[in-house]
Amino acid sequence: MDLGPHLLLALLEGTVSAFVLAVTALGLSLVFGVMRIVNVAHGEFFMLGAVLAWWITSLVPEAPFWGFMLALIGAPLAVGAIAVVADALVLRRLNYQPEATIVATIGLLYILQQAVLTIYGPDARPVVAPIQFRVVFPWFGYSGYKLVAVGAASLLLLAAWYGVTRTKFGLIMRATQFDRETAQAFGIPVKRVYAAVFALGAMLAAAAGVLVVPLQQAHYLMGLDPLLLSFIVVIIGGLDSLKGTILAAFVIGISDGIISVFFSPTLAKIIATLVVALVLVFRPNGLFGGKAR
Amino acid sequence: MIANQRSLILHAGLIVILFALQFLLPDYHHTNFTSIMVLATYAMGYNILVGYTGLLSLGHAMFFAAGLYGAGMGVYYLELHPVLAFILGSVAGLLLAIAIGLIALRTTGVAFMIVTLMFAQAAFLVTLYFNDITHGDEGLTLTQAARGFDLLGWHVDLTNPSQRYNLALALFLGALLLCLALVRSPVGRVLVAIRENEERTKMLGYDARRYKLLALSLSGLLSSAAGAAYVLFFGYVGSSFAAIPYSIYPLLWVLLGGVGTVVGPVIGTLLMFYLIEISRDHTSSYMIVVGVVLVLLVLWFPKGIAGTIRARWWGWIP
Repeated sequence: MDLGPHLLLALLEGTVSAFVLAVTALGLSLVFGVMRIVNVAHGEFFMLGAVLAWWITSLVPEAPFWGFMLALIGAPLAVGAIAVVADALVLRRLNYQPEATIVATIGLLYILQQAVLTIYGPDARPVVAPIQFRVVFPWFGYSGYKLVAVGAASLLLLAAWYGVTRTKFGLIMRATQFDRETAQAFGIPVKRVYAAVFALGAMLAAAAGVLVVPLQQAHYLMGLDPLLLSFIVVIIGGLDSLKGTILAAFVIGISDGIISVFFSPTLAKIIATLVVALVLVFRPNGLFGGKAR
Repeated sequence: MIANQRSLILHAGLIVILFALQFLLPDYHHTNFTSIMVLATYAMGYNILVGYTGLLSLGHAMFFAAGLYGAGMGVYYLELHPVLAFILGSVAGLLLAIAIGLIALRTTGVAFMIVTLMFAQAAFLVTLYFNDITHGDEGLTLTQAARGFDLLGWHVDLTNPSQRYNLALALFLGALLLCLALVRSPVGRVLVAIRENEERTKMLGYDARRYKLLALSLSGLLSSAAGAAYVLFFGYVGSSFAAIPYSIYPLLWVLLGGVGTVVGPVIGTLLMFYLIEISRDHTSSYMIVVGVVLVLLVLWFPKGIAGTIRARWWGWIP
């Protein structure tokens, strides 16, 4: 193939990973923005979404489409419930103290990951895409499901945006983010808001996991990459800014796709992790974020 | 004075017990204790940063791995004398710690945790990227011949369990003495002051950044010395030593044993080593122990074993 088709392929791959990444990172960003905690177990929620999607679709092998739809609703709900339990049992008891919470979520990471290893096993298992068609370009064919995943992810992003900016819950959430004490004084049940936000963040990760699983098999170690990429996106986008997060997801997703196709995926990751460390040191509000309050 | 004598008895007793154990332990535990002493050195190095300066690093695997790769590749490719390789590995970690410190110490708290995590992940990826040299996950194995040497008319064979045990004990003793000296020195007191109240320490005229850099350098040096010893004693280095779990282990050992105590990291390493070994016999999901212990420690036992003993009974533990 020539450079042109190669570039097109890289752009397509980059767009798909950018959309999925945007959904995952948005969850991390919401949790950090509102609760001021870094959830290291975020990638495990992504993995749980994928593994549960495998389990749910395997229950209805005769109807892959409906099985997948069921997974798209059921897996995030189940993961959200797990997140609520984790919040009540662990995070709330720590009073969301930032450093203790990181250590606790590292613990949570291993608990969830190893529980899945025990129950689900070490194998990577495929999930059949709910729809089968190929988009045929003159140079190569392209899986149609990837475009569907992009569509579904953009719907999720729109819904999240609508939820945060246009609904009562979004308003309550932003009030809590802006000033926890004052929100509490105005009768906002801050603890319940925290639980809901933590669950919402986990559900976004799980939904991204479900969308990814037909492209990439479900495996108990698959949570690490989305976790690190989400960190990168949230840090570069600005820890406070949802818009920045989404913008950064596209920059990172597409450049990752292009560097991975033309160079090596490992090199792309090395560059990204070094850049993000430097951004965090020298521009702690991100490249796209506003000034610190 | 009484406190000093007690402290002397405690730490000297620990060394005597470790020395005596080599004659009592069966082969399997003999090797385990060699590992534990090397890993405890790593934990003590980690503790200098977290325990005495209050900076939580999530990336110490890069210093440990710098020691492993520095010494391991020195022997494997340059056919260095093992003592020189040990020095090379340790210095590699020291230089890396200084370089990382100059950048990362501009941050504190959560940002410092994430920055160190990212640097360590980049280091891990570098070991994979230069697969031709490092052989990635497969790693490098050092031959028995390369791990023997003559020093001052004495032939040392690092595959000999007894010599290996006593060299590990010597490394451990060195680290223990360094930590004790550091804690009792004026520098150590400034470090604790930074942990307790950085602003106030600065106001008193101390350059906090320089002290923190010193702590990180010492911490990196001990970590890489442990790594260098590990590869020379056990003859293997691979990418897994640079991966995230090897940054989490020292955190776990130090939290369990007691943050900011000299003897705590040893206790934590010993207990976790056996806890993981035992659960490894029963399940392939043995890392769940790491998760459960971390959560339990953070929730109910933040001072760890030695820290709790110090708070409740023996206030003199350094």
